Amino acid sequence: MRFPEALKRLDRRIIFLLIAASVALPLVWKPQFDDHATPIVQAIYDRMESLPAGSRILLALDYGPSTAPELDPMAVALVRHGIRKGHRIALFTLWPDGLGQINKITDDTIRAEFPDKRYGADYVNLGYKAGGGGAINTMMVNLKTMIPADALGALLDSLPMMAETRSLSDFSVIVSLTAGDPGLKEWIQFAGDIGGIPVMGGGTAVVAPELYPYYPQQMVGIMGGLKGASEYESALMLGYPDTERLEMAATVRMGPQVVSHVVIVLLVILGNIGYLLERKKSIRR
Amino acid sequence: MRRNIPLIITFITGMVLILGYFVTRGPLHTLYESFSDYFAIITVFAFILGGGNLIKVHLRRIANRAKDWRYSMVTMVGFTVTLIVGMFKIGAPGGWGAAVVEPESWLQFIFDGIFTPLAATMFALLAFFVASASYRAFRARTKEATILLVAACIILLGRTPIGGWLTGWLPPELSFLDLPNLANWIMAWPNTAGQRAIMIGIALGVVATSLRIIFGIERNYLGRDE
Repeated sequence: MRFPEALKRLDRRIIFLLIAASVALPLVWKPQFDDHATPIVQAIYDRMESLPAGSRILLALDYGPSTAPELDPMAVALVRHGIRKGHRIALFTLWPDGLGQINKITDDTIRAEFPDKRYGADYVNLGYKAGGGGAINTMMVNLKTMIPADALGALLDSLPMMAETRSLSDFSVIVSLTAGDPGLKEWIQFAGDIGGIPVMGGGTAVVAPELYPYYPQQMVGIMGGLKGASEYESALMLGYPDTERLEMAATVRMGPQVVSHVVIVLLVILGNIGYLLERKKSIRR
Repeated sequence: MRRNIPLIITFITGMVLILGYFVTRGPLHTLYESFSDYFAIITVFAFILGGGNLIKVHLRRIANRAKDWRYSMVTMVGFTVTLIVGMFKIGAPGGWGAAVVEPESWLQFIFDGIFTPLAATMFALLAFFVASASYRAFRARTKEATILLVAACIILLGRTPIGGWLTGWLPPELSFLDLPNLANWIMAWPNTAGQRAIMIGIALGVVATSLRIIFGIERNYLGRDE
């Protein structure tokens, strides 16, 4: 079989094997890539830094387990940063399966790394509410109509960090990590634009391009995909050297992403070489 | 009458919600706030409607032995088990008084042990199909396809640290050709311009459709005339 013919007939199982190897091998040998925060990510870090200690932050985990590998590292980095700065974090989700993500972040990051932080005073789980933009709109008018109690059933009035909140305007900043609708876009449209509350966040690499038009007027900054998370982690490690000893998931996962991206680009180039050789041959005929 | 009453309700609700946004005090704004509160109640009914519809569709498929009816069986079993476990808090260490999301509850096990791996697996498969599709379909057949191809490769490399490594040696006067800079430029300019055009178009469409519904021109949401 000639070269162009071989390229044309390349079995897709070979491509699948290449991709599997390009993801699995870097997870074993764990190559490290130096990263730095681009201005759009640095803006999020700087906003978190500039808030006075004790500020209330609403962290909306608007995603489910399918996109967790991309978005969980962002949530972990934001929580690590926020708590180190002394901010109070309210976790919330507009996605029904986001509740599991909140539990994961609460158990694996907040309780594990900050055992001295008290539930209700330093952080709270507001759970899931249906309705997307409509729910946010109601929370803008009256937060406790939409969320009278936390995810564990305790009335918000009984929780020190939530007792005095009346609407979303009582939060210093809203951070949404989003895998689609409802998500960051709705937070900008129904809370940021209407209430003048700073909104920022992150999105999967698929979603992020849709959110760029809101930057910088309506959105403080955005982390796009795993790369955005890795940039935030590098900013965090630079600002808080004690975090260097912690596992930074996005930094570790950049290895498989780098190798798989290179493999895909090489496959595209190879496919086009085959196509051009084939076309040249047919023109000659 | 069956048509006029819903039309009047829609008109009043729509007008109150539009005007109440601009009028920040007085009875109109109070009404606007009340309508926002009703939203929390209405969403609960949406769950009942959604669940009811899911049961109706899949039971019909099972009863008629329609194509792939076995998948409907899996859906129904999953739906029923999760609903019962969550609603009656079966296996929750704290019993009836405990929160539905209590750690070590059966519902949490369903989420962690079944739903999470299934969802992650489905999404992970995407990488294999994207790679295979890129190899077969991403061809420089036309000028437009070539531009798309080049932009995709720049983004793929520029959005990883290797992009900087590949072109980091360029002299400062050629730094605009640095892959991360090129990727950022594509995202910040051509992408933003295209996305804004789409978003403005959608927004205008939403405004037009909303006005048609409020003024009773668009009546499809009322269902068919019987």
